[in-house]
Amino acid sequence: MRHIISILLENEPGALSRVVGLFSQRNFNIETLNVAPTEDPSLSRLTVTTVGDDRVIEQITKHLNKLIDVVKLVDLTEGNHIERELMLVKVKALGAARDEVKRTADIFRAQVVDVTPSVYTVQITGDAGKLDAFVQAMAPIGILEVARTGVSGIARGDKLLTL
Amino acid sequence: MELLSGADMIARFLKDEGVERIYGYPGGAALHIYDALFRQDSVQHILVRHEQAATHAADGYARASGKPGVVLVTSGPGATNAVTGIATAYMDSIPMVVLCGQVASHLIGEDAFQETDIVGVTRPVVKHSFSIRHPSQIPEVLKKAFYLAATGRPGPVVVDIPKDMTAPTERYEYVYPKKVKIRSYNPVTRGHSGQIKKAVDMMLKARRPVFYTGGGIVTGRASEALTDLVRRLGFPITTTLMGIGGYPQGDRQSLGWLGMHGSFEANMAMHHADLIVAIGARFDDRVTNNTSKFCPTAKIVHVDIDPSSISKTVRADVPIVGAAGSVIDEMISLIQGREASNAESLGEWWKSIEGWRSEREGKLYEPSKPGEALKPQEVIEAVYRATRGEAFVTTDVGQHQMFAAQYYKFAKPNRFITSGGLGTMGFGFPAAMGVKLSYPQDDVVCFTGEGSFQMMMQELSTCKQFDVGVKIVNLNNQSLGMVRQWQDLNYKSRHAHSYMESLPDFTKLIEAYGFTAIKVKTHDELAPALERAFADTNELVFLDIYVDPFEHVYPMQVPLGSMRDMLLSKTERT
Ligand SMILES: Cc1ncc(C[n+]2csc(CCOP(=O)(O)OP(=O)(O)O)c2C)c(N)n1
Ligand SMILES: [Mg+2]
Repeated sequence: MRHIISILLENEPGALSRVVGLFSQRNFNIETLNVAPTEDPSLSRLTVTTVGDDRVIEQITKHLNKLIDVVKLVDLTEGNHIERELMLVKVKALGAARDEVKRTADIFRAQVVDVTPSVYTVQITGDAGKLDAFVQAMAPIGILEVARTGVSGIARGDKLLTL
Repeated sequence: MELLSGADMIARFLKDEGVERIYGYPGGAALHIYDALFRQDSVQHILVRHEQAATHAADGYARASGKPGVVLVTSGPGATNAVTGIATAYMDSIPMVVLCGQVASHLIGEDAFQETDIVGVTRPVVKHSFSIRHPSQIPEVLKKAFYLAATGRPGPVVVDIPKDMTAPTERYEYVYPKKVKIRSYNPVTRGHSGQIKKAVDMMLKARRPVFYTGGGIVTGRASEALTDLVRRLGFPITTTLMGIGGYPQGDRQSLGWLGMHGSFEANMAMHHADLIVAIGARFDDRVTNNTSKFCPTAKIVHVDIDPSSISKTVRADVPIVGAAGSVIDEMISLIQGREASNAESLGEWWKSIEGWRSEREGKLYEPSKPGEALKPQEVIEAVYRATRGEAFVTTDVGQHQMFAAQYYKFAKPNRFITSGGLGTMGFGFPAAMGVKLSYPQDDVVCFTGEGSFQMMMQELSTCKQFDVGVKIVNLNNQSLGMVRQWQDLNYKSRHAHSYMESLPDFTKLIEAYGFTAIKVKTHDELAPALERAFADTNELVFLDIYVDPFEHVYPMQVPLGSMRDMLLSKTERT
């Protein structure tokens, strides 16, 4: 099963490489990885999506917790959560395709954020499934480039991942 | 307020931390630190002849004393030479602090002379590592390094120190940090009481229980508590190779150690058990054999300080995260005053175990007769008697290591010092040095093989310089015996590169360093040689003992089998 694990990580040099290294060293898989500082400058928040059975996921969270730079973590998929990813897509937009791109973007509530005579750059946010669907819808028109942030997520309701 | 350079802070910190001795080798990036060591006399520096030996010596000291071993090396090749020893300590959860010189900060990333990203290189084999970014951080970072190395599940910590951090011209305030806090690191000590109670209930009802304990008992200093618990319950106990001595081996309840070359009765008992109480052990593949056939009828209680060791290879029915000593104490207090309902079935269980025991008794190997070549096993037994079972024993890796573990019986923890997890040839001799320097009154014996010894024999020079009187017992089978054994069993005796056709005359080699060496070729020469070797505890003596090169280590678990699937000799199997 797919899991989304969010980690509060010491904002120290080398901390990220310990997390990434752990996954390769122990043969765990990383589907997406997203990392940025939080409101507390001493902490980064890192979110990985990974796939594995319960035994593997248990090992992943235990080994992550063992890293000294990992302050706290949560497996968001264990509860209700919000999952978002942002994607920027450059699509060929010539002739009739120009309208087609715009229409499809509207259906997905995506925005055109940059325009040239031949290219639209579209921004879309959503869960990974929605982004995949958008890529599929655009593919016949002609995708030139895709940039995805990887999944970020947060628990629903009052649940917090803080110190 | 005291102003010190980074280098002087390091020397001062080591003194304040109570470090008496460090092992190292100098070089450009570490020279400020070496100069600071020169100008003080609280910390003794032992100059090894290869950085790997520094790590093994520090490791040997750590295993014997339970305190972190300390290593100092220079950048680049100095640090990379230390990697094998760091990995060795990591696999066996040994506390160690490795201080590595590094090129000056402004050169980092430029492929400067002797620059290696040692934090990167060692990342998978350390508990944690630090890079010093400012000299004023040195006291706190070093304190954190020692704290991390020695607490929780111990392990090696690397501290990378760019040369400009130790420059004599830059001075900063030095205060010894008595305590440090690391917000993300709070090792659990007490186990979950509900889980412990559940475990005790199972123990009091079990019909065929076995304790299976590991290095966690030794590093957790829990052997007295364990002995108390095991005696109260009357259960059999087997330990891992790393757990040897955690329970006295001569005791009736001890089944010896288990696993690939473990005792017949230990492996049989594990296979037939209905309850396994694992404490400070990690269900390593050299113990479990094929996990899908592992102990089919057993429920498993697993106590470990490291949650990631629990249910890693074998699923635990009752996981308990906690320090061995604290959990055992709690178990004892729960048992007190309670009736066990399993006395009768325990009696039956012991009958089976005694049956397995007597089945193999006296059949383990064929001793030599006068005039014949010696068997490696009987050499270990003779050394055991010569040292009254009280020596510190280190080993290298191979058949001699397994024989040492099988035939030297340890009554105490911290006495059997071996590279279990990584299986590092070359470990034994420098480890013995590290033990002997801190325990000068004790006999320290290194059982080695002619293959392993040649990996670290340059340390004879260190022993000469610092007058280190270890006893080296070379079980010379003129071959990489363990490799040859596997080739006999799995490759139709095609001995690809497993024999040493150009062995040196070890006695001459040893004599070149001014030490005593005795060659022993037959049965009759052994006793006088041992008498001579152990006459003076502080004299280095090398015994070059020729042993039967065709001997195999048995029992040996059959690959992919269960615990009870064993070869018992060249012709018998279970
Ligand atoms: C550094 C290292 N290289 C290779 C091995 C693989 N290995 C395991 S045992 C062994 C043979 C050891 O020979 P020796 O020291 O003579 O011991 P013996 O088995 O003959 O008693 C080898 C090569 C190892 N464990 N460590
Ligand atoms: Mg040999």
